Amino acid sequence: MEEAKVKIPDNEYYQKLEEYINEVKHMPGTLINVLHKAQGIFGYLPVEVQSFIADKLGVPYSKVYGVVTFYNFFSMEPRGKYVVNICMGTACYVKGADRVVEYFKQKLGIDEGETTEDGLFTLTSARCFGACGLAPVLMVNEDVYGHVDRDKVSEIIKKYKEKEKNE
Amino acid sequence: MSVVTKYVLFGIDDNTLQAGARRVEEEFKRELKNAGLDDEIKVVETGSMGIIQKGVVILVEPDDIYYTEVTIDDVKEIVNEHLLKGRPVQRLKFDGKVDKSVVSFRESAQEIKKQNRVVLSNSGVIDPENIEEYIAVNGYEALAKAVTEKKPEDIVEEIKESGLRGRGGAGFPTGLKWSFTAPLDKKPKYLVCNADEGEPGTFKDRLIMEGDPHKLIEGMAIAAYAIGAEKGYIYIRGEYKLSIERTEKAIEDARKYGILGENIFGSGFDFDIEIKIGAGAYVCGEETALLNSLEGGRGNPRVKPPFPGQVGLWDQPTVVNNVETLANVPSIILNGHDWYREMGTEDSKGTKVYTILGHVNNPGLIEVEMGTTLRDIIYKYAGGVKGNFKCALVGGAAGAFIGKEMLDVKMDYDHLGKYKAVLGSGAILVMNQTACIVDMLKNTLAFFKHESCGKCTPCRIGNVHLYNMLDDITKAKGKEEYINNMLTLAESMQQSSLCALGQSAYLVIESATRYFEDEILEHIERKVCPQNVCEMK
Ligand SMILES: Cc1cc2nc3c(=O)[nH]c(=O)nc-3n(C[C@H](O)[C@H](O)[C@H](O)COP(=O)(O)O)c2cc1C
Ligand code: SF4
Ligand code: FES
Repeated sequence: MEEAKVKIPDNEYYQKLEEYINEVKHMPGTLINVLHKAQGIFGYLPVEVQSFIADKLGVPYSKVYGVVTFYNFFSMEPRGKYVVNICMGTACYVKGADRVVEYFKQKLGIDEGETTEDGLFTLTSARCFGACGLAPVLMVNEDVYGHVDRDKVSEIIKKYKEKEKNE
Repeated sequence: MSVVTKYVLFGIDDNTLQAGARRVEEEFKRELKNAGLDDEIKVVETGSMGIIQKGVVILVEPDDIYYTEVTIDDVKEIVNEHLLKGRPVQRLKFDGKVDKSVVSFRESAQEIKKQNRVVLSNSGVIDPENIEEYIAVNGYEALAKAVTEKKPEDIVEEIKESGLRGRGGAGFPTGLKWSFTAPLDKKPKYLVCNADEGEPGTFKDRLIMEGDPHKLIEGMAIAAYAIGAEKGYIYIRGEYKLSIERTEKAIEDARKYGILGENIFGSGFDFDIEIKIGAGAYVCGEETALLNSLEGGRGNPRVKPPFPGQVGLWDQPTVVNNVETLANVPSIILNGHDWYREMGTEDSKGTKVYTILGHVNNPGLIEVEMGTTLRDIIYKYAGGVKGNFKCALVGGAAGAFIGKEMLDVKMDYDHLGKYKAVLGSGAILVMNQTACIVDMLKNTLAFFKHESCGKCTPCRIGNVHLYNMLDDITKAKGKEEYINNMLTLAESMQQSSLCALGQSAYLVIESATRYFEDEILEHIERKVCPQNVCEMK
């Protein structure tokens, strides 16, 4: 094998990731677990992190890139602190999910896939979360909100803005 | 030590959590303590009780009284009046203040109890985080019986005889599937539980895992014994945090009790389970894509044959089954195939779990016998339609529309098949007169377009074309030939796509044009959306 191209940067994030990789390296099929972990640590998966992983796991970079781009969960762009994910599944759609997207666009002044300038919110849509009994549904990071209407959109945005102020 | 005289069961699911179930529960415990009742009355968390959109739901047993929309402020009253003095709080009871002009909730509450529960028998009744409660309701007896008294061939035969068919969508006979893998000598073999549940409008597997994870584990262990697998995986979608948590705990507890691990029940049979978490792609629910994803790669489907039963995970023989399918197994082994065959229709035995949503009065989860009509499901169990029934999308995005004329169709694999519809995952989305069929179709195609994995051309390109035509129609740019073009294109996709994702568009488009051609033509010829939903500009 060639000499490692990527040096371990003197950075606790990379160290944390490498420790994890060493733990799970021997198990088959761990690439996705490693990517989950890495995104947890870095918040997203920039090219440098991907090549670091490829190197440490001894798999081609193209494979890592292929997997990252395949799954909706992984992002190569930095995202806001709070990712607003609106369900566009059929059950939510009949209950007005597209209007919910519009409310957010208006309130945040961004389009789908974009992040607010203060880095607080990213707006995205997703497929069914399996919480359809609450339609229309959205998730902000791991919190689920149901029966969302215009008022609730304002409330949600306010809640996270306040949370931010208090931190 | 005092004896427990009553249980207060909290239905815990996303709905009730959101409504503040945990806070109400805390308050309950506090009040019980204040009243000196905490030894005598036990507060238990269970899974969903099948009553949805009614806030925090609790059930007092053995009194059999459901309370809904319970808030912190109500707790004291329930404790003082009902639990101390034996006088149920009428205003919170599930049968109170209901619009009697629709179907009364009272009836629905009874219907919930009337449901024939096999898969959901313990859901909402026992504490899913307590293995002893599962054992107390005959849990793991079927596994003990299987591994100590029966040969693997007997189990395969029993499941074959029961008539159980796969609940993941395709309805493939489960015993037959197992019989392809069981006799193979190649080792190791794997058992994979498909808990990716991505079909829009479906959350039955989630509620099974949240409400009764041990039943799934028991079903998996029995299946593994039958096919000769020592290792099992549960592939759960990442969004299902509570399912992951509860299933993880159930696996750990089962290990502690010697129910998973080596030499189970002293039989010499070894089996263990690992949870794998998905990363968000609908196509990963397709069994061969799921295997690729389990191996850590892109979740593209594989070409079949060879089938996973022969060449599966890491090229080893692998059986992939859905959560609900596996959750049926313990009861069949315990009660025998004759018992199971008494439920259902000629070709579809047992029960089916449905999620029923959209414009109905009581959206939620039900388990009823195979063959129950769509009309009964909607009007008896889901409390009827809000407004006028227009149609139902049955089976999720990969399903088909069913119009008024077909409300009395028996819901099972073969009856629906005759009408170019499918049971699929069991999602029933009811729409009233306000829904626009073109808009719904466009939403479905947007989904397929986005989720197509791109491996084969008909699906990758076809779904884009279908979407564009529908988009045109909603913008008053539709052309007359579009209806025919869509049908021809979707049909050729059905014939030439590699996996069922690309094959699915045909059913929704065909059914939509069959029932609602006039409505689509209004959009195209007169440039109006009768429901005033589409932009039309
Ligand atoms: C695009 C696509 C998505 C699917 N999603 C699921 C799913 O989420 N859960 C599931 O059990 N089966 C799903 N299936 C069906 C599986 O391929 C497979 O038939 C099933 O897991 C087999 O289990 P069963 O025999 O117990 O039904 C999907 C199929 C396709 C084509
Ligand atoms: S039909 Fe669609 S999802 Fe299935 S393999 Fe082909 S491109 Fe992928
Ligand atoms: S359709 Fe939105 S959560 Fe299921």
